[in-house]
Amino acid sequence: MGETLLEVKNIVTEFRTADGQLPAVRDVSFSLKKGETLCIVGESGCGKSITSLSVIGLLPSNGKITSGEILYEGAPIHNLPAEKMRQIRGNKISMIFQEPMTALNPVLTIGFQIREPLMLHHKLSKSEATKQGIELLKQVGIPYPEKRIDQYPHELSGGMRQRVMIAIALSCNPGLLIADEPTTALDVTIQAQILDLINDLKDKLNMGVMMITHDMGVVAEVADRVMVMYAGKKVEEGLVEEIFNNPKHPYTIGLLNSVPNVDDPDFELEPIPGSLPSLNEQITGCRFHARCKFASDICRNKEPQVVSVSDTHKVSCWLETEVH
Amino acid sequence: MAVAEQKKTTNAKHEPKVLLELEGIKKYYPIKGGILQRKQGDVKAVENVSLKLFEGESLGVVGESGCGKSTLGKAVLGLEELTEGKIVFQDTEIQDLKRKEKLKFVKEMQMIFQDPFASLNPRQRIGHALEEVFTMHTDMSAKEKRKAVIDLLVEVGLKEEHFYKYPHEFSGGQRQRIGIARAIALNPSFVICDEAVSALDVSVQAQVLKLLKTLQEKYQLSYLFISHDLGVVRYFCDRVLVMYLGNTVELGTVADLFNKPLHPYTQALLSAIPRPSVNAKRKRVRLQGDLPNPANPPSGCPFHTRCPIAAEKCSSEKPAWVEYEPNHFAACHFAGQPIQ
Ligand SMILES: Nc1ncnc2c1ncn2[C@@H]1O[C@H](COP(=O)(O)OP(=O)(O)OP(=O)(O)O)[C@@H](O)[C@H]1O
Ligand SMILES: Nc1ncnc2c1ncn2[C@@H]1O[C@H](COP(=O)(O)OP(=O)(O)O)[C@@H](O)[C@H]1O
Ligand code: SF4
Ligand code: SF4
Ligand SMILES: [Mg+2]
Ligand SMILES: [Mg+2]
Repeated sequence: MGETLLEVKNIVTEFRTADGQLPAVRDVSFSLKKGETLCIVGESGCGKSITSLSVIGLLPSNGKITSGEILYEGAPIHNLPAEKMRQIRGNKISMIFQEPMTALNPVLTIGFQIREPLMLHHKLSKSEATKQGIELLKQVGIPYPEKRIDQYPHELSGGMRQRVMIAIALSCNPGLLIADEPTTALDVTIQAQILDLINDLKDKLNMGVMMITHDMGVVAEVADRVMVMYAGKKVEEGLVEEIFNNPKHPYTIGLLNSVPNVDDPDFELEPIPGSLPSLNEQITGCRFHARCKFASDICRNKEPQVVSVSDTHKVSCWLETEVH
Repeated sequence: MAVAEQKKTTNAKHEPKVLLELEGIKKYYPIKGGILQRKQGDVKAVENVSLKLFEGESLGVVGESGCGKSTLGKAVLGLEELTEGKIVFQDTEIQDLKRKEKLKFVKEMQMIFQDPFASLNPRQRIGHALEEVFTMHTDMSAKEKRKAVIDLLVEVGLKEEHFYKYPHEFSGGQRQRIGIARAIALNPSFVICDEAVSALDVSVQAQVLKLLKTLQEKYQLSYLFISHDLGVVRYFCDRVLVMYLGNTVELGTVADLFNKPLHPYTQALLSAIPRPSVNAKRKRVRLQGDLPNPANPPSGCPFHTRCPIAAEKCSSEKPAWVEYEPNHFAACHFAGQPIQ
């Protein structure tokens, strides 16, 4: 694992809505090295996708980064003009989404869709792009790529479509791959193949990978580091071993206790009570306090600061402030 | 064997009262094509399923997308006409009953879907939608219905004030609670849950699973629990049925199936699940390739195109459904042979 690839510093991303200007990402910072996989976890709506869309510059039109900075290989990318950002997306940062069917154009062949970025961003001729496209499909494990390249998305299975998406994402030799729930729509045996593939490619191409998932099993499988988000904030961050073996934030612990363990016949489910607050809810103190069984007066009134459990392990919770 | 699972197993053994029996259930969907829309073949969505469901048990049904889980559920409920087979519910053969005779069983058998709101009128208050269930099947007075609905809401962890809310005002977890309320309204003995918790966030999923368990104990419900999540199935169910391409490939208690799976597909499925633990670095078996097309299933054993231990006879001879150990069935020529 090498030098720093991405640095996100104190970003706030807000949406213009009927209820006013509402922050979906609140002062979030993290970094990523080359060859490293960072998983972002948390309940649906906690801001995982908006965080990653902020990085790649694909926010919905009513969304905007209102403060903070994002550095890619040391250079700021959060305030680039649209055309410059498009070039970054064609050359440095790629993204794959949950449902490959919606991301692929149903009326264009696989070949057309994989050639396009190669011809546009890498100025290859059509025949060069076809050759390169077949190479890429081969790399992601698609059998008979020469044949597949003439087919349409609906002729492929879900797993194969996701492989095609990965092939297209790789066509620009990205330094950073962002994957938003890339295997959620797939069956477990196919999911396992795709996770292996992303892992292999990451090592081979020394990419940084930012993977969003709500599946703790997937996290354990692929992550080097984990960032846990709750209601727009980062609440805990650490090496994958630290998060699984020594979780500190009650929310992280709650998430881990909510997933039935397939290897443990005596597993006791311990659901987190309640649900995620909506964006316009005013919350004082710790944003998790209404659902936390350890909440005390200070939690309800004052926001907890970041505490270092180790060099790599940080948590924002009053329980830890008292210990350290 | 772990204590909880031992309890599950003995429970199933000591109260072997059969609630539902399926005998050779088949459901084929015709494929039509050409300008004349002639029948060109069949999608064999469910192929020859036979099993018993006991009173008060949860039977999990697992397998990859398209393997026939939902079709099986719908066929059992009579929402799909059978191509072949018999359904015996509380000692009565029900597959050919006329509408009126069937009504009694409609109350007894209910279904919870992944998104119970797909079928709700967005402009009708939830309370009134639930009242309709009683209007249809009972002769309660308006006052009685109201009370029954409010009791139901409380039963599934909602509040009286939710009576007046509209569908869009509910979160995913609350929606599923309403789906459950609707399913248990008429005191059924059998409920099919089709991916009932799959769309929910883990934290909410855990809440809903707990609710389903509480209701089961209170009302002696039997569940047919369709899910692709084996962790949830191990936690929730007493027995598990594994399906592949419309076929049943293995059936056993959770303890047997998870601890000593007989079928190569079950073994591969268990091996593929990402585990939420960083300590157990396991050796994994990866299945190659995709699911075959159910309109054109492989010859012989349906799994032979992906099976790591397939032998010559597997592509020509279909393995029989055999009870290898008491209550542990599988369909494989080499049942019990490890795949790694
Ligand atoms: N009405 C229909 N007409 C034709 N084919 C159908 C119909 N309903 C289902 N099928 C086919 O039958 C097979 C089994 O489908 P089914 O919905 O039972 O799968 P499933 O196991 O529930 O999958 P999932 O996990 O995706 O819900 C599939 O090949 C499907 O495409
Ligand atoms: N275009 C938008 N306008 C207003 N709010 C939005 C928009 N997109 C997302 N949000 C809100 O931002 C929050 C974070 O969303 P998201 O990052 O998509 O969550 P997730 O963690 O599930 O990926 C949610 O409350 C969501 O409803
Ligand atoms: S700060 Fe308080 S309320 Fe927040 S997670 Fe920690 S203990 Fe719970
Ligand atoms: S019958 Fe043959 S192909 Fe089928 S599961 Fe058993 S070993 Fe594999
Ligand atoms: Mg998202
Ligand atoms: Mg289904």
